Amino acid sequence: MEPLLHLDHVSKSFGGQCVLKDICLSIQPGEFVAIVGYSGTGKTTLINLIAGLIAPDSGTILLNGKPVRGPGPDRGIVFQNYSLLPWMTVFENVMLAVDQVFPGWSPAKKAEQVEKYLGMVKLAPARDKRPGELSGGMRQRVSVARALSTEPGILLLDEPLGALDALTRATLQEEILSIWERDKRTVLLITNDTDEGILLADRIIPLSMGPGATLGPEVPVPLARPRDRKSVNHDPGFKEIRSRVLNYLLDQGALQKTRLSLKLRLPDILPEDLNSPRVSRRHPLRRGEERRETVEVG
Amino acid sequence: MSFLRKIHADTLILPLLGVAAIVLLWAMISGHPTSKQVKDEWGDTVTVTKRTGISADLPNPVETWRASKNYILKPFEKRGELDQGILAFTWLSLKLVAQGYVIALLLAVPLGFCLGLSKAFSKMFDPMIQILRPVSPLAWLPLGMVIFLSAKWNIPGTGVSYTASDLAAIFTIAICSMWPTVLNTAMGVRAIPQDYLNVARVLKLSRTKTLFKILIPGSLPYMFTGFRLSLGIAWLVIVAAEMLTGKPGVGGFLWQQYNALSYAHIILCIVTIGLVGFVLDRLMSLVESRFRTA
Repeated sequence: MEPLLHLDHVSKSFGGQCVLKDICLSIQPGEFVAIVGYSGTGKTTLINLIAGLIAPDSGTILLNGKPVRGPGPDRGIVFQNYSLLPWMTVFENVMLAVDQVFPGWSPAKKAEQVEKYLGMVKLAPARDKRPGELSGGMRQRVSVARALSTEPGILLLDEPLGALDALTRATLQEEILSIWERDKRTVLLITNDTDEGILLADRIIPLSMGPGATLGPEVPVPLARPRDRKSVNHDPGFKEIRSRVLNYLLDQGALQKTRLSLKLRLPDILPEDLNSPRVSRRHPLRRGEERRETVEVG
Repeated sequence: MSFLRKIHADTLILPLLGVAAIVLLWAMISGHPTSKQVKDEWGDTVTVTKRTGISADLPNPVETWRASKNYILKPFEKRGELDQGILAFTWLSLKLVAQGYVIALLLAVPLGFCLGLSKAFSKMFDPMIQILRPVSPLAWLPLGMVIFLSAKWNIPGTGVSYTASDLAAIFTIAICSMWPTVLNTAMGVRAIPQDYLNVARVLKLSRTKTLFKILIPGSLPYMFTGFRLSLGIAWLVIVAAEMLTGKPGVGGFLWQQYNALSYAHIILCIVTIGLVGFVLDRLMSLVESRFRTA
């Protein structure tokens, strides 16, 4: 089967610093793939590349066999910081997307589409509120509804739950799961939470430490669906997958050596000669010694 | 109850104390007439009235009130073109300011958007704006007179006509008051978070839709700050414009009464200008705070 999304040796650097190197990734239609990595390793850069918000330096990104040349609503993105427009109500935020993607629809049909997806994320009662009046979890649901409402071929989730508290996180994970199971849409999830990845995804791919981060060996998640958070936690398969992903990430982390250069100020510890004449009433001048030290941490 | 008393002390009594202190200081330095009986060269006894005080010619508060009473208590009376109630003058000034201010906003907002959106445009015109911005209204007004020297507009059907001095005054108000709006709009556009622009890019919003759905609402809070500062300047400029053109209004009245040696009215005008400016600023900040929450 032809992959829905195909990345072939994609690299990207910013200002001479290589962020992503040789990223190869294929996602089949209907798959749920999670990419797990440390923060600051270029996860968001990867999403931006696939979204078409930035262009790769080398390599190709194919969506449905066609190269990605710019952003478009055929890829629904849920941004890390929600990116809701604060001057619009929840309804208007989603309507902006629906109106743009289905210009030919009648107003009633558009409104129905918006209501449908707001209902799916259980936000129908909050439709006339503004994002500022919503909690973080609710905002992220609006963002999910907006991304889904355009009926994109693939849903890109950029650490969607990163800013939420653990309980809200768990609820939303289950909601994403149930929406995915109902809709069977292709999803690429980027996260820093291995457990989240395992609970949701069909396969997990660790992203190595930057600079020059690349994808590690993928780990399939053969756990039966629907998955239940409580029973999955005790599943030996779950533990094994987790240790494989974590071991790769931790080993990668250990390979990275950081050089720290510190400016040290050594205090002048010579005792003051009390017999010497005092010129002023100020404290005696101390001559601290400055030294630069470089330490390797790793 | 003590809570209420505290509110009153803070919002009413303390400001009133401040006003009283200033009036007291004014009474202390202002002059007052003193009469003396003296014998003149012919041996007649005459009464000579002289003003004494630190600033002998400055009218004291009581004199100011007496001279202004007629203008304040009959605020809309029109006894002549340059002899009207103080609110009638204020209305004339406000009309002029409104025209200049509207023109300023119509010019400033698009200019600000261009500056905020285009780096090249900004590089091209920013130095020019920085140079023109500090130029005083007193300098612009003569230029306005020259530009509109032979202009005279009659708006058909209304009987309203604009003379060269009207147009010069409006021009001066517009060009002096537009800069805060220009700069704040540009700043507001530049301050729109990249996330919002990414939403527009991902949804492939058209240019007009991006402008009306994202750029304008996103920069509105900044724009309103600019509008408020601009209104303050527009009101500041009115006095200069009316003084030099001799148009009826608070500023024109002030200058005319100075020339007529009727000094008490200068103080009346200053107080009026200050109060009107204060009210305008309050009104604008009310509007501003409504948009800030958006």
